[in-house]
Amino acid sequence: MFNLVTFTPFQPTPGLAIWSLVIFLLFWFLMSKFAFKPIAQALAKREGDIQDAMDAAKKAREEMVNMKSENEKLLAQAREERAKILQDAKEIKNQIITEAREKAKEEASKIATNAMHDIENQKKAAITEVKNEIGNMALSIAEKVIRKELKGNTEQETFVNTLVKDLHLN
Amino acid sequence: MRNRIFIITLLSFIYLYPSVAQDNHQQVHQDTTTLQSSNTQDDHTQTGESHDAHADHADHDHAAFDPGATAIHHISDANVYSILDFVRIPLPTILYANDKGWDIFSSGKFHAGHHEDGHYSYNGYVLHHGSVHRVADAGFPMEGSVEVEGYAHKQEEKNGKKVDVNYALYQGKEYRLDARSTMDGGILGGGFTSFIDFSPTKNVISMILVSLFLFLMFRKAANAYKNNPTKAPSGIQGFLEPVFLFIRDDVAIPFIGKKHTIYLPFLLSVFFFILGLNLWGQVPFLGSVNVTGSLSVTMVLAILVFIIVNVNGNSHYWGHIFWMPDVPIPIKILLACVEVMGLFIKPLTLMLRLAGNISAGHIAILSFIGLIFIFGKSGESLGGSLVGTAVSIPLTMFMMAIEIIVAFVQAFVFTILTASFIGAATEDHHHAEEGHH
Repeated sequence: MFNLVTFTPFQPTPGLAIWSLVIFLLFWFLMSKFAFKPIAQALAKREGDIQDAMDAAKKAREEMVNMKSENEKLLAQAREERAKILQDAKEIKNQIITEAREKAKEEASKIATNAMHDIENQKKAAITEVKNEIGNMALSIAEKVIRKELKGNTEQETFVNTLVKDLHLN
Repeated sequence: MRNRIFIITLLSFIYLYPSVAQDNHQQVHQDTTTLQSSNTQDDHTQTGESHDAHADHADHDHAAFDPGATAIHHISDANVYSILDFVRIPLPTILYANDKGWDIFSSGKFHAGHHEDGHYSYNGYVLHHGSVHRVADAGFPMEGSVEVEGYAHKQEEKNGKKVDVNYALYQGKEYRLDARSTMDGGILGGGFTSFIDFSPTKNVISMILVSLFLFLMFRKAANAYKNNPTKAPSGIQGFLEPVFLFIRDDVAIPFIGKKHTIYLPFLLSVFFFILGLNLWGQVPFLGSVNVTGSLSVTMVLAILVFIIVNVNGNSHYWGHIFWMPDVPIPIKILLACVEVMGLFIKPLTLMLRLAGNISAGHIAILSFIGLIFIFGKSGESLGGSLVGTAVSIPLTMFMMAIEIIVAFVQAFVFTILTASFIGAATEDHHHAEEGHH
């Protein structure tokens, strides 16, 4: 029943071989020139673009991270500076206050000494004045006594007494 | 828009053509019956060592179903493009005979009918089983067209080998036919005969159609890449791009390395050419052409691979073939013999693997369809045909699914082996030292 006939598809015929050679060479040439090369170039370019974009994104991310750390550094610095400034201000304040207090104390003591001196001077002046006055009084009394002596003893005596009494008033 | 017009024209052609061909077909049918009966008569009168293949069954069944012959008939190249049994598109016929010169005409002159047998001869040529044969015996009219009554097939002894010989019947006499020349040197039952057929056959037409289709498709994709380089791939690009990238990244680059850009177009051409033709052959009702299953086609591809590999082979590659380093001298000589054989065996396996796989797939599908006729006893038993159909449909569907996988796998295997041969021939020295066996 099975008759093994000549297996025609496996007989290489020159006609078909030549046609397939021509068609395939044309196909290869046309496809390479007009299809595969432009597509390969476009794909390579796109891959390049994607790679570039990814690189750029990575760079931007890195930059952002850098910027963030820089910002933090700056912030920390600022905070530190603020603290420093505040401390300085406190110190200055304290200094000013102590200085002022000392100055005030000094001034006060100065004023007090001046006043003491004034008082002393006034006292001396007053004493001198009193002495002078007393001298003058004594002189005038002595003058008056001298003038009364000439009239009587008793009288002189009373008179001196009154003078003395007057002196006590001082 | 243009595509749609093309498809509509094609479809209307397919639908309208049978009605035109129908008249022709009826006439053909009558001819066939007379032809068959004349065949049987001849067989009975025939004596001696030669006998017709049909003769054994001719007593009880004048059209016994021969699945092997049917399958081979269907996967053979032909000078007409047949779609089912109705549409027979005539193709140009270009023939050259040493003693006669060129003959160029349309294969419509043969008035091909059932089994792609021509009902008329033209300038001494006839069409039998789809292919052109030349009448070798004297007495047959060598000019113009005459009606041929039928064909006979015999097996004859020649140099201790059985050879298939065909005869044309004209005016009650048998005339021996010369088949077209083949380059197998008689190994596969062919050889150079009195003429060479240079016609663009069914396989050639399929190659042209598929190549054109692929070219237009890729051109469209290439334009899309050129015009919208910043746009995401869409439409046809979405299908082509992964395949393109697969061949580039998983075939060309791993095997060839940096130089892959030079060979990538060839690898892609080979891959898409084979894949397109494999799939085209799998489309039912489109002639089930067996282009990549024809040895002529795979031979051409294999020869191109052979040329590309060996033209680009570097000194390192040739050194490893003729004088393998780091082995004793007797082994060097032995290896040189093996490697020189390998030079030719590599493309030979490429050629046979592809043709064998695709032809085998076609034969398997045709055999499963043939079950309908075997179970139905060639139309005698309706019940048998029904059982045969019930068995055949799932088996055929399964086989077709497998064949679609095979279409991709064989295209891929051919491409990856080509890439590995090119890679082995062009790889750098220091590279090879590490991976050297």
